[in-house]
Amino acid sequence: MKDDDARKPEAASGVSRRDFMKISAVTAAVPLVLGSKVVEAAGEDVTVHGPGKVPVALNVNGKKLSADLEPRVTLLDALREQFDLTGAKRVCDRGACGACTVLLDGKPVYACSVLAIDAQGAKITTIEALAEGDALSPVMQAFVAHDAQQCGFCTPGFVVAATHFLQQHPKPSAEEIRHGLSGNYCRCGTYDGIRAVAMAHAGGKQP
Amino acid sequence: MSQYSWPDPATRPLLGKSISRVDGPSKSSGRAKYTYDYNPQGLLAGKILRCPYAHARITSIDTGAAEKMPGVKAVVIIQKPGTEIFWAGDEIVGVAAVDEGTAEDALRAIKVEYEVLPHFVSDAEPPKNIAADTGPVSSEGFQDMEENQVPDEEVIARIEKTGISFKPEEKDYESMKGMGVDPSVIAALRKAKFVPAPATEKSPYKKTGLQTTGTPDKAFSSAAAVVEGVYGVPCIVHCCLESHGSASEWNGDKELVVHISTQNVSGIAAQMAEPLNVPAGNINVLQQNVGGGFGSKFSADRWDINTANLSKAAGGKPVKNLLDRRAEFEVAGMRPSAYARVKIAADKDGKLVAWDSRSWGTGGVGGGGTPPLPYIFEVPNQRKQNTAISTNQGSARAWRAPNHPQAAVITMGAIEDLAAKMNMDPLEFISRNLDIAGPRAQTYREELAIADEMMGWKKNWHQRGDKTPGNIKRGLGLSMHAWGGRGHNSDCDLTIHPDGSVEIKMGTQDLGTGARTIITIVAADTLGIPMSNVTLLYGNNRYPQSGGSGGSTTSGGVTSSTRRAAVDARDQLFAKVAPALKAKPEELEAVDATVRVKGDPNRSLAWKEACAKIGAMPLTVRGKNPDKEKPPDLTNSGVGGVQMADVSVDIETGIVRVNKMVAVQDCGLVVDVKTASSQVYGALIMGISYALYEEKILDPVSGRVLNPNLEFYRLAGLSDIGELQVHMMTGKGYDERGVIGLAEPPVVSPGASISNAVANAIGVRVPFLPLTPDRVLMALEDADGAHG
Repeated sequence: MKDDDARKPEAASGVSRRDFMKISAVTAAVPLVLGSKVVEAAGEDVTVHGPGKVPVALNVNGKKLSADLEPRVTLLDALREQFDLTGAKRVCDRGACGACTVLLDGKPVYACSVLAIDAQGAKITTIEALAEGDALSPVMQAFVAHDAQQCGFCTPGFVVAATHFLQQHPKPSAEEIRHGLSGNYCRCGTYDGIRAVAMAHAGGKQP
Repeated sequence: MSQYSWPDPATRPLLGKSISRVDGPSKSSGRAKYTYDYNPQGLLAGKILRCPYAHARITSIDTGAAEKMPGVKAVVIIQKPGTEIFWAGDEIVGVAAVDEGTAEDALRAIKVEYEVLPHFVSDAEPPKNIAADTGPVSSEGFQDMEENQVPDEEVIARIEKTGISFKPEEKDYESMKGMGVDPSVIAALRKAKFVPAPATEKSPYKKTGLQTTGTPDKAFSSAAAVVEGVYGVPCIVHCCLESHGSASEWNGDKELVVHISTQNVSGIAAQMAEPLNVPAGNINVLQQNVGGGFGSKFSADRWDINTANLSKAAGGKPVKNLLDRRAEFEVAGMRPSAYARVKIAADKDGKLVAWDSRSWGTGGVGGGGTPPLPYIFEVPNQRKQNTAISTNQGSARAWRAPNHPQAAVITMGAIEDLAAKMNMDPLEFISRNLDIAGPRAQTYREELAIADEMMGWKKNWHQRGDKTPGNIKRGLGLSMHAWGGRGHNSDCDLTIHPDGSVEIKMGTQDLGTGARTIITIVAADTLGIPMSNVTLLYGNNRYPQSGGSGGSTTSGGVTSSTRRAAVDARDQLFAKVAPALKAKPEELEAVDATVRVKGDPNRSLAWKEACAKIGAMPLTVRGKNPDKEKPPDLTNSGVGGVQMADVSVDIETGIVRVNKMVAVQDCGLVVDVKTASSQVYGALIMGISYALYEEKILDPVSGRVLNPNLEFYRLAGLSDIGELQVHMMTGKGYDERGVIGLAEPPVVSPGASISNAVANAIGVRVPFLPLTPDRVLMALEDADGAHG
């Protein structure tokens, strides 16, 4: 974990019911946008965010982006609604389907299951940054060549997942492909093409 | 007269080749925009409060607190107090707010009281001795028949026989037309006699009359082999990854722009006009990409009307509401269940002689579709009866090849069981019965031979029950299917600009099938230019109308209209260019991005130079399908396909794995081998998914869906699919039939072929899909009990 204040877990487990009521009463009276507040709860200082909007700063695709967000806003919704990065999709909204996959410090995560406020300080990479300008990345080109897409709604998540997987496994075995690309669902049934993308990569074939 | 027919195989630079989809780069890079991605400045979030009960009456609604909340911009009641609600998740109140969180908070602040009424959600086998329903067709019953694509002749016969219990008005007929109801059916409705619905209609069961052909009793008693079995498929859900919904924005109170996730760009405005009280011509419907439809996205739904009403209430500001995943499972459509008790018989030569089926199933409140039983095989002696069960759940919608996958599971299962009883290879058994397999018998014969080769069927098939020691039992199964797929009505405008660029406008959509790609291929192939010269503008109802993408009708429709437009445009261009080349127009050809004299490549103009001869104004022509003035017919109806599955079953855990599937498919003239094959691969994968995992589970106590999410409603993942092989039938006997749609047929057979392969592996039939471990183990245990 990075040594970054914004990402330190809050010692929220010690908040008693009465303290929570006290916190709620405080926040109800404050203006709409507010930084975090430190309150005393169960004998400890606890940092409390929200429930109103708080300033959130994110490092997305190498750019510093900021917005005032309620702490309950997910990274996915922040990317899509605040910054118009609409490549990542919301499908299941609970970490089952992978359509919202982005990279957080280089690792694939389901952006629907990460709070924006918790993603502060991390390097966030979305599908939009994987294309090289107007040119497609080699993995994207392979998705086109092997027709690993139909309606295309799952495709950006799959491309992010496959890009990371192939970086980690440049010569994947069939078993590694089965395991490594099982975190995303497709409804049109493009898995055969996606498998072909990974197998072509394993065979050293460029699209 | 221009030659509209599809070009000779020797002169097709692009048609029939394997070409990557034109929208591939925008999709794989995440740049493709969907309705869900529509995100203008000032967009409001729409949300809907839904009924938590499967059957209830609204007694009161209090939206006062919600309306006062900061950030809430509009609250619109959808169903008023006093309304009876028939399924959980039905729409009660809509809210628009500055963001989704605020809208959700507002929903929680709305107080709705209900009188909870008894619900019924079971599609278990109906009790015996229910009287057959001979009453008039109700409005819901009619809608149900249409949504399940019951053949027009059947619908008309029923309407003529029993009359109808509703009185459609002119606007209803208009809306039906927009939904694609056949004119012959509308004509039958106009002529139908009105019969009031019987007052005592409270039973959830509707039994059709007994249909008998030939002399089934006699045929069963003199048959060499008879088997009885039960087979079936539960309700499953479309699970479009992009959920249903739209964004609406008013310009004044008479002009509306709607971005909607739909399969029916040209048909939506007519459906929204009346509930919104605005002329259809004032509604602009837009969509660039759609994240799946599979039959469930033809209509402007009640939530879409609500979104437009919320926008109006919020002063015309854009409002977007795409359903959350739970609502998608509860209200946005499903495939009806179908189960049947079947008795089937053959003579000593393995020829089918008799069929008896008692089928049942549910498609929600309206009842359920009637599966076409027996499937494919016109068994000479038949007795059949179906009971539709009305249940308190969101209504069924067309799901790829409505009723066919269910009919295939039931019929092909019974045939496999009968072949097993006669110790016959089902491939041999089916081959002996192809004379009663309808008009595509010869296609099946050719396809079975190819599939046999691809699967190594004859080499690897064994009698029922894998006798090799150990837990893992392996087996083979097969199934076959039929579909129509004739091209729908389609208009397009094709323009050749004086600078050589070509533009097509068409009010169609691409569901990921490759529609956009094949339109571009046909235009470029006809004009002899690269595909990059052709721009396709679509997904807008202001463009020439094209039908909804359902029933595999798009490919035939859009390619036919494009071909006619491109031929006309090309020939008009020839007329302009001919003088410059000192030739007659009919002596010219358009190839390799040139217009030249046939057989004299020296008398040639580059495409761009040729187009400069058009003059100052672009050349625009309208292409149509159908078009009797411009023969021949470029599309056709009727395809056949064969699939085989190789599975392994662990008889200790009950887990089924698909080792391999092969699909051999006919679709007439294949425009693009790559996207056509992808459709078939996709259908196999979707088929593996519903064969092994998918089931919409309703709680009998609460009447709610227990698995309205993607953790507990399982879809197949990449690791579940095994090896897949696809063979498209092409060449003589197929090409000359014209373009036929492909989206439905290949999804019909996977359930049946996998179910048969499991029976072949473990020696007993697992009656119902999905073939989950518990069902497999139960079938094994039942068989043990019977023998021990």
